[in-house]
Amino acid sequence: MAYDKFNILTSTAVPLPIENVDTDQIIPARFLKATERTGFGDNLFRDWRYNQDNTPKKDFVLNDATFSGKILVGGKNFGSGSSREHAAWAVYDYGFRCVVSSFFADIFRNNCLNIGVLPVQVSADFLQKIFDAVEENPKTELEINLPEQRIILLSTGESESFEINKYKKNNMLNGFDDIDFLLNIKEDIETFAANTPL
Amino acid sequence: MSSRKTLFDKVWDSHVVHKIEDGPDVLFIDRHMVHEVTSPVAFLGLKNRGIPVMHPEKTFATADHNTPTINQHLPVEDPLSANQLRMLEENANEHGISYWGLGHEKNGIVHVVGPEYGITQPGATIVCGDSHTSTHGAFGAIAFGIGTSEVEMVLASQCIMQPKPKRMRINITGELQFGVTPKDVALFIISQLTTSGATGYFVEYAGDVFKNMSMEGRMTVCNLSIEMGARGGMIAPDDKTFAYIKGREFTPTGAAWDKAMAYWETLHTDADAVFDKELTFDGSLIEPMITYGTNPGMGMGISNAIPNANEVQGGVSTYKKSLQYMAFNEGESMMGKTIDYVFLGSCTNGRIEDFRAFASIVKGRKKADNVTAWLVPGSHKVETAIKEEGLLEVLQEAGFSLREPGCSACLAMNEDKIPAGKLAVSTSNRNFEGRQGPGSRTILASPLVAAAAAVTGKVTDPRELMEKLFA
Ligand code: SF4
Repeated sequence: MAYDKFNILTSTAVPLPIENVDTDQIIPARFLKATERTGFGDNLFRDWRYNQDNTPKKDFVLNDATFSGKILVGGKNFGSGSSREHAAWAVYDYGFRCVVSSFFADIFRNNCLNIGVLPVQVSADFLQKIFDAVEENPKTELEINLPEQRIILLSTGESESFEINKYKKNNMLNGFDDIDFLLNIKEDIETFAANTPL
Repeated sequence: MSSRKTLFDKVWDSHVVHKIEDGPDVLFIDRHMVHEVTSPVAFLGLKNRGIPVMHPEKTFATADHNTPTINQHLPVEDPLSANQLRMLEENANEHGISYWGLGHEKNGIVHVVGPEYGITQPGATIVCGDSHTSTHGAFGAIAFGIGTSEVEMVLASQCIMQPKPKRMRINITGELQFGVTPKDVALFIISQLTTSGATGYFVEYAGDVFKNMSMEGRMTVCNLSIEMGARGGMIAPDDKTFAYIKGREFTPTGAAWDKAMAYWETLHTDADAVFDKELTFDGSLIEPMITYGTNPGMGMGISNAIPNANEVQGGVSTYKKSLQYMAFNEGESMMGKTIDYVFLGSCTNGRIEDFRAFASIVKGRKKADNVTAWLVPGSHKVETAIKEEGLLEVLQEAGFSLREPGCSACLAMNEDKIPAGKLAVSTSNRNFEGRQGPGSRTILASPLVAAAAAVTGKVTDPRELMEKLFA
């Protein structure tokens, strides 16, 4: 599914300094019954965000108007647990284009890259600096520079580089997905299929 | 120089269709399993692109995640679930995919039916939009869970793009103690590695403990690979593997079998092959395990005390939050804690051996009055075996009843939800906050521990209820 191209993103950030945020928290299983890919943002972090009577939980960061932006900053081991891509959709659909953490669970990272959310892995130190800066001043902006693979804390100018493989980077820059690529090598695939032993 | 290869390398390398420079490999997929929850949007994607399923004969659909486990002959009540099930059926029919829907004799949990019908084979690449696809690695397959975009990708091209994971080998030597099951082995490994200890790796399990393990047990262990962060786990195929798959519906026969065997017999790690990481544990030190927190890495031997926050790896506040959710305290024992629910089932422990183990303990005893027990076979085939082996009578005499197959309370998408605040001993795979229903509290354990809890109404060491075969 096509998504917006990603180049340089400058935005304030929403801090979620919790470790091991699993995909069941990002989007609880009971919201996986949809047959289309819309409306997931409303249920992002549903059980942390709302009481059982659907009133917002005041102390949860998404309900706190002080913090906003297109960047979600999470604790270590973000996105662990179930492979549900709905978690990445919920993050995207809510309006985040980038998630920053000091460590990502594998499947979640892949899912994000497939749908246009950029996972940016930083050092534990840098993550702490971001948390501190945003807590101190919620207007603090981050720059995510994909062409240069650099994340910059604009309030202090401190920055770090991040990893992304060349192929995924190219896709993100152009808003392409993997299927476009695969359909182009269809003949190779069919030749291969004809020779598999199983 | 390096012709020495690991099992994982052999299977992976022989499936690479194309290498992208500084990018992922294009990996050919031999078997693709789909279910109702993660496939509808993928099929919609195909429709939007106006393309067919490339290899419907390599694609298999079953309904499991969202299905009721009672009255399956009646229409599904929840309109959203019913809609997903209908979409799966329509999509399967439209694209010519085998479809084992609700009520079909072959219906069951995707990772239980795959092996039962011989769809799962050594040396195959197998994917499914469910993270416990790693189960199929028990046969020496490379099997892993994928997201919905990837489901669409495989439907469209029979390939997936994946960077090659690193290789890890986990050796467990020696012999397991009495009362220690494959589930305990897996929970033990996860407790040692934590839930992220194998992230980025594909694991091979080796050593005597796995050699001596049944195919069912190997499936349980491989199933839980994902809970330590691994992309998947696998065990080299051996005579046990070949005996298991022989004669099943989708297993090759005649000349095709011989050809397949010639390939399968090459599927082992060469003597000098190198792993990126290698760990060894002594299997005789493993106890029956139990979890006390809200991730599968928070597990311990059943007779131990819950660790103090300062003894564990990772954040203290996260640890305390987890115990608070479970309403447990640091330093206390879990034994004797009153429980409310028992769930026997899931692709982790919903196979016939698991029901045999459970029945061996409840036989001649009675279900505790304070316990609600959900016993959910992994498939119709398991359900039939339970009846044919006389286990149903044993269970019924002890006050239990059997539900119909499906994922059920493993992820609680259907009506089988553990109520808020209730404590469940569960043989499934995840004890996350709310996984088994909003506010539910889950203790993960083996079918033996679950059975001991079901008849005593509290956390109990199953060894106290088991008769030693040799006194
Ligand atoms: S039983 Fe649980 S883990 Fe297994 S396929 Fe079903 S939902 Fe997934």
